[in-house]
Amino acid sequence: MLTLSRWKIILVLASLLFGLVFTLPNIVPARVLPGFLPQQKLNLGLDLQGGSYLLLEVDTEALRKERLTNLTEDMRTKLQGAQIDFSDLGVTGDTIGVRITDPTKVDAGYRLLNSELGERLLTGGRDVVVQTRPDQRIQVSFVAQAANAAARDAVTRSIEIIRKRIDALGTKEPIITQQGSNRIVVEAPGESDPEKLKAVIGKTAKLSFQMVDAEIAPEDVTAGRVPPDDILLPSDDGFAPVYVVKRRSVVTGEMLTSASGSHDENNAPAVGFSFNAIGTQRFAQVTSQNIGKPFAIVLDGRIISAPRINSAITGGSGIITGHFTEDSAHELALLLKTGALPAPLNVVEERTVGAELGADAVRAGAISLAIGAAAIFVFIILAYGLFGIFAAIALVINVMMIIGAMSLTQATLTLPGIAGLILTMAVAVDANVLIYERMRDEANSGRGPMASADQGYRRALTSIIDANVTTMISALIMFQFGAGPVKGFAWTLSIGVITSVFTAVLVTQVLIGWWFRAVRPKSLPIT
Amino acid sequence: MTRFWPLIRLVPRQTHFNFVGLAPYAAALSAVALLGAVASFFVQGMNFGVDFAGGTVMEVTTPGPAPLGQIRSVMARLGAHDAQVQTFGNASSARVQFRSVAGMDTNGGAKFAATQLASQIPGLKVSGQSTVGAKVSGELVWSGVFALATALALMLLYIWFRFQLQFGLGAILALFHDIALTIGLLCVTQIEVSMTSIAALLTVIGYSMNEKVISFDRLRENLRKYKRTPLREVINLSENERLSRTIITGTTALLALSGALVMGGPALFPLVFTMAFGIFIGTYSSIYVALPVILLWGVNRDDEAAKPIGPQPARP
Repeated sequence: MLTLSRWKIILVLASLLFGLVFTLPNIVPARVLPGFLPQQKLNLGLDLQGGSYLLLEVDTEALRKERLTNLTEDMRTKLQGAQIDFSDLGVTGDTIGVRITDPTKVDAGYRLLNSELGERLLTGGRDVVVQTRPDQRIQVSFVAQAANAAARDAVTRSIEIIRKRIDALGTKEPIITQQGSNRIVVEAPGESDPEKLKAVIGKTAKLSFQMVDAEIAPEDVTAGRVPPDDILLPSDDGFAPVYVVKRRSVVTGEMLTSASGSHDENNAPAVGFSFNAIGTQRFAQVTSQNIGKPFAIVLDGRIISAPRINSAITGGSGIITGHFTEDSAHELALLLKTGALPAPLNVVEERTVGAELGADAVRAGAISLAIGAAAIFVFIILAYGLFGIFAAIALVINVMMIIGAMSLTQATLTLPGIAGLILTMAVAVDANVLIYERMRDEANSGRGPMASADQGYRRALTSIIDANVTTMISALIMFQFGAGPVKGFAWTLSIGVITSVFTAVLVTQVLIGWWFRAVRPKSLPIT
Repeated sequence: MTRFWPLIRLVPRQTHFNFVGLAPYAAALSAVALLGAVASFFVQGMNFGVDFAGGTVMEVTTPGPAPLGQIRSVMARLGAHDAQVQTFGNASSARVQFRSVAGMDTNGGAKFAATQLASQIPGLKVSGQSTVGAKVSGELVWSGVFALATALALMLLYIWFRFQLQFGLGAILALFHDIALTIGLLCVTQIEVSMTSIAALLTVIGYSMNEKVISFDRLRENLRKYKRTPLREVINLSENERLSRTIITGTTALLALSGALVMGGPALFPLVFTMAFGIFIGTYSSIYVALPVILLWGVNRDDEAAKPIGPQPARP
C-alpha cells in the first residue's frame, strides 16, 4: 500500500490545490484575488451572518371558507338572475344548502346550478357537486380533489407573491421555499427588522370597492340586523366604527394595473391606482349611476375609507385616501401592485439573529476552532513525533478541503456546523491514530519498518471505513430531520467524513512514502 | 533510527488490565447512574426550550449591565407566562424566554413584549429572537424522537450486517445506555433542550458507535486468531491491544472540543458540553455495556465470517 503510485501523488496534489484555491476567497480580500480564481466565500447561515427565518402556514381553512362563501354568493346571484325564489341559503360544514320556495321550480334551479356553478376541471366535469334533497332543497359542495388542487395552487401562488413583495423591499437574496404541503419558508439574510418583513408578507391585501347601503336605519346597523345582500364591515376611516356595504364588489384588486404612493389634494399621503379595461368600465358605470352616494374601499375585510361619489369616474384611475403615513401608503401600494395572497398566511415559527450577535458567534466559532486545532497539533506531535507532524499536515489539508468544498457547493455553515467541523478534526485524527497504532503493533510483532507501515494502512482501513459509515448514518439522519442550523451541522459532518478518510489515509501515506524514500529508516519513529 | 522527538507514552507498550473482571462493578455503576438519570428525568424533568415547548426567546443587549430585575418586572406586568430572564454570555446581554403573553397569540405576544421591553428600558435592543408556535413545536418533538429511533435502527442493521446480531444488540443496548445517561445529564444540569440537542444526541450516538465498531473490529480479528481462547480472555486481550488508541483518540477529541467549551460562548456551549460527555460515555459503554452483553450472550465462533483473512503473524 505504501508504494507511491503516480495517481496517489496526483490525487493528493490535486486535493491540496483544490483546498487552497477554494479556501482562498475566505482568507484573502476580494480585491487582491486574481479574477481567474473562484470567488465564492463560505455561505454563512442566518445564525452567523444575522437574518430572519420565517415559517409561514397557508391558512387552508380560511381558503376553504372563502371558496364556500364565494360559491354561496354565486348561487344567490344565479338564482336571483333566473327569478327563482329561495330561502335558507347557507353553509353547513362543507356543503351549501338552499330551499327553493316554489316546488315546481326545484328542477329548473337544479339544472341552472348544475350547469353554471363552479369551474370546469381538466379531467372533465365541474369542481362542484349539485344534488337535490327532500323538502325542495338543493345541496352544493366542492369535489375533494378540487379542494386539494385549490390549496396546492394557493401555496404556489403565495410563494410567487411573497417573492415579488420581498424583492420590492430590496432585501438581498431572500430564499423562499415550500415545505410540506402548506408551508413556506422565508429566509432573509441581513434583514434586521423582521417586523417589516412580516408586515409585507403577513397581509393578504385583498382590495375591493363596495357600495355602502345607505338605506339601512342606524338602529338596525347597531343591532347588526342587515339584509342578506349586505354585510357589516368594521371601519378605520374615523367617521363610523362600522358600515353596511353591499356584498357584491364593484371592482376588486385583481383589476388594478398599477398602484403607487401619492398625495391627495391636502397633500396627505395616499395611494394612487389605475384599473384595467374591465375595471375602468365597471367603475365608470357604477359611479355614473350612483352620484352622491358613498362607496367603501375595503382591504382585508376592513374599510379604509368611504368616500362620496362626486362625479362619474371614467378615466380608470384615482387615489385611495385614509389614515396613511408616507410609509404605510408606499407599503399598501406595494401590496396592491403585487396582488393579493390567495389565502391568509400565519407565521408559525420565527427566528431572528441580529448581525452583531452573528458576528459574535463567528468570532467565538473561529477562536474555538483555532484552539481546538492547536491543541490537537501539539498533542498528536507529542504522541507520534514525525508521524504526528504528517498527521497534522493532513489535518490542515482536510480542514482546507472542507472549507473549500463548502464554499464551492455553497453549503450553509452554521454555528453547530462549526462544532461539526471541530468534531470532524477529532475523527480525522482518529483515523491516523488507528493507522499508527497498527504500525506499532506490527513493528512490535517483529516486522520491518516498511512492512509495518504498509500493514498499518492495510489493516486499519476496514476499521476506519466501518467507523465512518456510522458517523455518516447519523449525519444523514440529522440532515433529514433538522432545519436550518442542524442541517448545517449535518452538512459539515458529512463533507468532513469524506475528506477526513481521504486525507488521513492518502495524504499521510504519500508523506510517509516520501519520507521512507528519502531517509530509508531502520525503524519507525513511533515505536 | 535516532529519535528526534521524545514521544510521550500515555500507556505502556503492553498492558494486562483485567477489563472483564471489573465488569460487575461497572454494571453496578451503570445501574446506579441509570437510576439517577430516570429519577432526575421524573423529578427535575427536561428543560425544553422554545423549539420543543413553543413560545419566544429573545436575546437583548443593554448599554450597561443588563437590569435583570427590571426586565423581570416588565415581563410580569405584561402578563407573560413562564418568563425566565438570565444573563447571556456577558453582563450586558440577557436572555428572556416566555411561553406566551396573556390574551395574545404567540407572534402577537412576542412582538408586544419586544416593543414593551424596548420602550420601558432605555437603550435596550433586541439582538435576536425565536418564536415557535405550539403546532410546530409539537411536530419538532416527534421528528426529534423519530430521528433518534431511525438512527438506532440503522446502526443496528449496519452492525448486524458487518458483524453478528449479538454485536448489533450489544451496541444498541450500549447506545440506549448512552442516550439515557445523556438525557439524564441534560436533566441534572437543566441545559436547555433544543433542536441542537438532538444534533448533539445524534453526534453522541455517532461517536459511541465509532468506538464500538473499532472495538468489535479488534475483537472479531482476535476471535479468528485465537479460536480456542475463552471469550472473556479474547475480550481482555482486544481491549488491552487497543487501549493506547482509545486513550489517544479520546484525548484528541476532548482537546478538539476544549476550545469551544471555554471560548465557544453561550450558543455553542450546550452542544459541545453534551458532545464532550458523549465522548466519555461512548468509550465507557463500549467496554462495559456492549462487550459484556456479547460476553453474556456468546458469539458464533465458527460461522463463515470466522475464517482467517490471511496468514496471521504470531503475537508474543
